[in-house]
Amino acid sequence: MAQALLLAFQTPEGGFALGHVQQMAGDVAFKDALRNTILLILLIVPLQTTLALIMALLIQAGLRGSGLFLYIWTIPLGISDLAAGIVWLSIFTERGYLNSFLRDIGLIQRPIPILSYENPQGLFLAVAVAETWRATAIVMVILVAGLQMIPRDYVEAAEVFGPGLWQRVRYVILPLLRPSLQVALILRTILAFQVFAVVIALAGRVMPVLAGEAYFWYGSYRNPNVAAAYAVLILFISIANTVLYLRALRTREEEVAL
Amino acid sequence: MRRIGSWRRHSGRVLAYGLAILFSTWVLFPIYLIAVSSLSPREAIYQWPKALFPAALSLDTLAFFLGSHGVLGATINSIWVALITLVLSLAIGTPAGYALARFVFPGRDTFKILILTTRAFPIVILSIPLAVTFIQWGLYDTLLGVALVHTALALPITILVTNSIFVSVPRDLEEAALTLGCSPRQAFMRVALPLALPGLAAAAIFTFVLSWNEVFAATILTLRSRTLPAHVLTVLNESPLPFRFAGGFFLIAPALVFIFIIRRYLLNMWGRVVK
Amino acid sequence: MKRIVYLSVIASLLLGLTGLGAACGPTPTPLGPVTFLSTQLRPVEEAEKMRKVILAGFPAKVDFIPEDTGPFTDRILAEQKAGKVTVDVVGGLHGDLPPFIEAGALEDLTPLLAKLGDRKFPAAFLELGRMGTKDKLYYIPWMQATYLLAANKKALQYLPTGANQDALTYDQLKQWAANVQKATGEKKLGFPAGPKGLMHRFFQGYLYPSYTGGQVTGYRSPEAVKMWQEFKDLWQYVNPQSTTYDFMQEPLLAGEVWIAFDHTARLINALKQKPDDFVVMPAPAGPKGLGFMPVIVGLAITKGAPNRAGAEKLIEHLTRPETQAVTLREVGFFPVVEATIPKDLPVGIRMEGEGVAKQSAAKTALPSLLPVGLGGKGGEFNKVYLDTFTRIVIKGEDIAKVLDEQAKAMQKILDETKAPCWPPDAPSVGPCKVK
Repeated sequence: MAQALLLAFQTPEGGFALGHVQQMAGDVAFKDALRNTILLILLIVPLQTTLALIMALLIQAGLRGSGLFLYIWTIPLGISDLAAGIVWLSIFTERGYLNSFLRDIGLIQRPIPILSYENPQGLFLAVAVAETWRATAIVMVILVAGLQMIPRDYVEAAEVFGPGLWQRVRYVILPLLRPSLQVALILRTILAFQVFAVVIALAGRVMPVLAGEAYFWYGSYRNPNVAAAYAVLILFISIANTVLYLRALRTREEEVAL
Repeated sequence: MRRIGSWRRHSGRVLAYGLAILFSTWVLFPIYLIAVSSLSPREAIYQWPKALFPAALSLDTLAFFLGSHGVLGATINSIWVALITLVLSLAIGTPAGYALARFVFPGRDTFKILILTTRAFPIVILSIPLAVTFIQWGLYDTLLGVALVHTALALPITILVTNSIFVSVPRDLEEAALTLGCSPRQAFMRVALPLALPGLAAAAIFTFVLSWNEVFAATILTLRSRTLPAHVLTVLNESPLPFRFAGGFFLIAPALVFIFIIRRYLLNMWGRVVK
Repeated sequence: MKRIVYLSVIASLLLGLTGLGAACGPTPTPLGPVTFLSTQLRPVEEAEKMRKVILAGFPAKVDFIPEDTGPFTDRILAEQKAGKVTVDVVGGLHGDLPPFIEAGALEDLTPLLAKLGDRKFPAAFLELGRMGTKDKLYYIPWMQATYLLAANKKALQYLPTGANQDALTYDQLKQWAANVQKATGEKKLGFPAGPKGLMHRFFQGYLYPSYTGGQVTGYRSPEAVKMWQEFKDLWQYVNPQSTTYDFMQEPLLAGEVWIAFDHTARLINALKQKPDDFVVMPAPAGPKGLGFMPVIVGLAITKGAPNRAGAEKLIEHLTRPETQAVTLREVGFFPVVEATIPKDLPVGIRMEGEGVAKQSAAKTALPSLLPVGLGGKGGEFNKVYLDTFTRIVIKGEDIAKVLDEQAKAMQKILDETKAPCWPPDAPSVGPCKVK
């Protein structure tokens, strides 16, 4: 049944002429969208992986209350990009919490516009912060699950954050964690290519991303063909990316099974 | 275990706790803010500067939001859809992931990629053809229909996650079971599956969350049986800020509960497996 | 082994639930209720008013489902394609309906109009409802609205000398915003240029007609070049967050902007919540007059509607003068028939009503229609204006070059749809041409 569904999905992507692809490539927002998406992924994915790894190690370190920490850190998992957009908008908007806070501690007199087209770096950072907040948890959960599979002798609880941490992470934990890392990276990157609700909530049309453009072409400009062209582009890049990860992090199960 | 009062180890602990608390604040603080926003009286939303600690709390906007047409029903729908999705995708995904992990066959990597690519295609674009198909099949505007789409969306990821989990389950244990006279099926059920449970729990959370948060398919494929995010998207996206905050908070709140439940499950399983 | 038992219990429990879920899934449509899908009254409070007040007197149950334009269109088209129609009545902007006419998804309502005989719809509105055909009526007018300026009273002291707040020019608006910025240090003029904002309507119905006298034909005329130059000039006083604003009532209430242009329904909450803080005024005028755009919302019936009788009855109910008056009072959309304006009208709505009256009564008033005859290409047509704006104002590209390129894109859409010119452009034979 599900396989049939999957097949049903594949049919409509065929049968569009090259004209729409040209229309997409010639569009005002296209280059920016491509650039923004790639930059965002280049910034977010490594950052999230690092954060998630630290979080996972902290959990593994068997701190008192690690159950509570795990719970708190997985909360963003349940938060949709829609809700995350609303949350961060309330913080970054001109009269939002961030500016209120900056004013309270006397750094600024009047609100500074953060989400402004005149301030593309600020916009980009705001989006990156919101995305990091929202989507680090998924990477962490996969890594925690992976870490638990590693026999305890390798990662002696109390010692995780003791001396020689880096060597142990580099030579013991990371190699053992490879299958999980692979999945986490592939998943996170593929999903990152489809992010747009947060971006639209914070940056409007000023910071186009690929999936957002697909959505606009589909929903606002009502041209499903160009939207499909964007979709195929996203698909293509995602596949290329996945192949890359699979190559780079090739798993040898025997090694893990030992 | 005996404590050796080494200063370095001690500082490591302090650092670890410090980091853990820092991360927790980072996660919780925005949620606190949205909670405050949704519980503030209307005027406070437009105040400048905003108070980090609210002077007055009011349930007005939240109550109006909860009482408004369709929110309750949409919540129940969401839970149903997410549960059906969870069951379906685990039922299909677990054996598939296991097969991928255990049986070496030519083109396995290609197959993996193929599975993933289905996920890489934005659902937005597929909504119309899907809606037409669903109307013909009589699945349109049913929870099962939405759940099927969500399953299809979640499946690639479930498969990959379970695959990586079974890869990590030591194979010799299973082989031992086989030599002790278990059938391959029994070996899977009795040895590999329990060992893989924490990972499966992770996959389950993921599936549930994906379904809970998926908006587009749910919007197009339903009319009356809306899921909550679809309902919020259509109704709240263009409503005044106070309602958007209330809606945002209400979308977050069930996630808190669900993840709380799953967390316990996750940790229990972990304890049992590792001993 | 306990674990396995435990698991299988969970599994069977969940599977049992699945069965239940499937059983309570499909909802059969009994004869009575009317399903009403609308792109209007989406904000949750308005939708509730619709359900609880405006539809209160209606004898049958109405499923009022407000829906974003994209899914709205998909839903109706998908239902038609599959031949299983569940929606009876469709409510939308003039521009929301053409894709359905193309697909043959709407009934001709001429007979219904005859039944509604004494409603006195303005002839111009009915003409719009014919959608360019001679003898078919695709929708019955339901409500109307327009776009206005709203200002915080604190801004009034900075009005340029000699400016009449009810008859501003674009020049004076710029001066005004500049004065405000000088005094407060903040840019306090705002436009709804966010992703769901209606900024394109400002260009189509306000700026272009005011400067070039038309919406399309003068797209790259010397007047248009001058217009963009001046608008870019004005933009330096516009709050840069404008590109995230969808509804101007929010930034007005938050005090982020003091002067804002938007749709009446997207300003009304500010006016209702703090009527003493704001004033409403007509949009500014340009060299060619005060271009403005009335917005018509119409009601249509789908082909194959399961409850045709109920649908007609609902349209009858919604266009009654009493209902129209209630609609104005509750959600701030103006009547399309002669209706007695209720005395208990909230101040905010009265303010808007006065603004609307002043705007259409202005000496140089130049009403424009929403784009007509573009079929499914309306969205791409809007994009032409928005892209022009982004390139010239946000990115600072060369005006003449951008206009030439965008004019080509616009002409392509007009040629594909063969849409003749619509007011305020002079009528054309064949597709409208950008000069």
